[in-house]
Amino acid sequence: MTAARHFRPLPPELAAIQADMEKWALQYGLDFFTTIFEVVDADQLSAIAAYGGFPTRYPHWRFGMEYEQLSKGYHYGLQKIYELVINNDPCYAYLLASNSVTDHKLVMAHVYGHCDFFKNNAWFAHTNRKMIDGMANHGNRIRRYMDRFGVEEVEAFIDACLSIEDLIDINSTFIKRSNDDSRFEFQSATGESEQDRVQATRFSAKSYMDPFINPPQALADELAEQRRVVESRQQQFPSEPTRDVMLFLMHHAPLKPWQLDVLSILRDEAYYFAPQGQTKIMNEGWATYWHSTIMTRHAIEPRDLICYADHCAGTLAGSATRLNPYKLGVELFRDIEDRWNRGAFGEEYEQCDDRVVRDNWNRDTGLGRKKIFEVRRIHNDLTFIDEFLTLDFCRRHRLFKFGYNNKSGYYEIETKQFEEVKRQLLFNLTNLGRPIIYVRDGNYRNRGELFLEHRFGGVELKLTYAQDTLANLFRIWKRPVHIETTLEGKIATVSFDGKEHQLTRSDGTIRLPGAGDVLITN
Amino acid sequence: MFMKIDRDQHRFREIVRGKVRENLRKYITHGEMIGRKGKDLVSIPLPQLDVPHFRYGQNGRGGVGQGDGEIGQPVGKGDQEGEGLGSAGGEPGEHVREVELTLAELAQILGDELELPRIQPRGKANIAQEKARYNSIRRVGPETLRHFKRTYIEALRRQVSEGSYDSANRGRVIPIKEDRRYRSWQNIPVPDANAVIIYMMDVSGSMTDDQKQIVRTEAFWIDAWLKSQYKGLERRYIIHDAVAKEVDESTFYTTRESGGTRISSAYKVCADQIAASFNPSDWNIYCFQFSDGDNWGEDNKAALQMLRESILPACNLFCYGQVESPYGSGEYLRALTAAFGDREEKLVTSEIADKSAIIDSIKKFLGKGK
Repeated sequence: MTAARHFRPLPPELAAIQADMEKWALQYGLDFFTTIFEVVDADQLSAIAAYGGFPTRYPHWRFGMEYEQLSKGYHYGLQKIYELVINNDPCYAYLLASNSVTDHKLVMAHVYGHCDFFKNNAWFAHTNRKMIDGMANHGNRIRRYMDRFGVEEVEAFIDACLSIEDLIDINSTFIKRSNDDSRFEFQSATGESEQDRVQATRFSAKSYMDPFINPPQALADELAEQRRVVESRQQQFPSEPTRDVMLFLMHHAPLKPWQLDVLSILRDEAYYFAPQGQTKIMNEGWATYWHSTIMTRHAIEPRDLICYADHCAGTLAGSATRLNPYKLGVELFRDIEDRWNRGAFGEEYEQCDDRVVRDNWNRDTGLGRKKIFEVRRIHNDLTFIDEFLTLDFCRRHRLFKFGYNNKSGYYEIETKQFEEVKRQLLFNLTNLGRPIIYVRDGNYRNRGELFLEHRFGGVELKLTYAQDTLANLFRIWKRPVHIETTLEGKIATVSFDGKEHQLTRSDGTIRLPGAGDVLITN
Repeated sequence: MFMKIDRDQHRFREIVRGKVRENLRKYITHGEMIGRKGKDLVSIPLPQLDVPHFRYGQNGRGGVGQGDGEIGQPVGKGDQEGEGLGSAGGEPGEHVREVELTLAELAQILGDELELPRIQPRGKANIAQEKARYNSIRRVGPETLRHFKRTYIEALRRQVSEGSYDSANRGRVIPIKEDRRYRSWQNIPVPDANAVIIYMMDVSGSMTDDQKQIVRTEAFWIDAWLKSQYKGLERRYIIHDAVAKEVDESTFYTTRESGGTRISSAYKVCADQIAASFNPSDWNIYCFQFSDGDNWGEDNKAALQMLRESILPACNLFCYGQVESPYGSGEYLRALTAAFGDREEKLVTSEIADKSAIIDSIKKFLGKGK
């Protein structure tokens, strides 16, 4: 059976190249897990890529969809996957069998950059380094549920969960959001609750002045007010709005055991993949930096030159509508290296207004290499851009901000102002460019309804998608679900009660057409 | 190990086909859902395949780009996914996916759905013609077919590996004989079965725009199906009121005339066409006539005679679709039935009450596999 098939061992000439590349990478101080290269054909590579790098992943139609897209793209000659590397210990990377030797060299050098990044970047610290096994376990569990409960049912539930897979708290791996539930917290023996412990503010005063400085009426009012606050806090559920909607559902949604397990599997995978989204620019930039360093200084041979230059240029090509993460990343790393080599940083440099002096600034500090290693350890894309995208860089690389023009129906260049460009870039990177959503109330109107809150940051939700997502959420929560957001400058609540979508605003409630219908006609 | 993906791919296709099937009636009744793009690509938006998430709407889809350009210069069209950075990440299926089906695939789905039989062509269907396609490269060939770019690359590659590439001297590259590359072709057999569709439509005052929309939608699907069955498909359009004339496609769908109706005039033009251009022994001829069934009483006889004598013997199939109209009497259908009954198997009639009846009408027309 094909399931038992093994990868071909690496042919001797590739093994020799790998040994070379590893040697150079180590010499430059890269630090990586053992890296295993597998040679696969184009269809196998498309399949593995469709599974997000894990051939043992659980079955789901969207992987098939992805596969079809990738393999069609390859066979039509539209696209080609060059490298695929998995954050795991050992690191697995795949080579496309039909690639030329030059490509293999390039890919291997690139992969060592990624492996180093996975191992050392702080945002990957929490990820499971045995994820190959983890994914295989997930696959087995879900396959078992499918055998027991039926493919349709399990798949439908997965679809519903996928709708909210991005409602996780990507920063929670570093921050303690709530106290652990104590299993030993009992009511105090006196029956005294928090409510009884509140006290009004009392200023010290001589006894004859006391009724004037601390008027009894004011004290009573304050006490009542505090009691009310405590009471409402106790009634709130969750006690603080939480962004980890998936976790909230795991704890509080009425799920069957297998559903709970499926939800937890998808949540685990979402957390595992999140750092890759958070560090796309840095990760690709870092790998590109190292493949170009290793290739151009050591590994390239005359016959490789044209092919290498061609493919490098292809990878780094810019686009008007999509900022190429490879390009931006590698240029920023080079810029940082250059600035720290010249000592072009710090207060004195920042305050220098003379263009010529700035351009020729050189203190021979030679800290560039050290600095970029430090940067790759602590930053993610958001902080990376925030910290290192400078006015000079923005000008030099001709960055601009574009936006949608409702009148013309086109995306148009809006501005080249540095502050605007940077703000837009940071916005696109904040929360991976997705709306920030909290669970505010799990017992809304005291009827067990779920109330979410979109923290509005100037951009509206796509209503049709929101409706469909609510419908999927309803399948998990099984009670009406709501999301509060801002539409056309007004607070609005979109609700789904299992049958109808509703939009409630201060000026009234309207019934929304089923989201599916809306999508079909647009 | 990986071919597990086949299962997922199969599953996905089933869902796609399922979706297409499920919505097929809707697509047909809302003819505008399907547009022909490029040569023969039709894209069907299948939003259900997209896993919905909370996402920003149109006004949030700005981003940062790189390059020259002035403020106000357009960089991309609104409906493509210019989501900018940040969403350039690796999760699959985040945007609305348009599943692109070729018209042939679409016709296949239609065929499956309606259980249409494959058509048995007549004529010299087995004679295949050969056609040259330039799709490969050879080392020898005539100079006129020299592939400049490939030749250049070969020469460059050779010079670089020999060390004779002199970048200082502006990198002159001189190809020698071994570097030359030529375009080459392959012969591809093209089966030769000819078919022609002749559409006839009554454009008299009683046909309203609604009825024409029905005719248009039905004609699109008939086209799609017959095109999947024949390589070269000719189409002819005839409109008539009291007199008939041959017109081009756009006129056929848009003209609105008034006046009386003389079906025989259309039959006359149709028969002349067949006699002049489409020899029945070489051509598969399909005639589709759409009318609201209102004909001048005394014309029926002439029309039926012409149909029996000059059109029916020549064609594979003659389909009469009667669109229900607020004005038409619909009596021509009765006349046809009375004259031919069920005896003439080349003649198919159907009544199309409204848009949702189109699909049944197509099934009736094409269900015979002629």
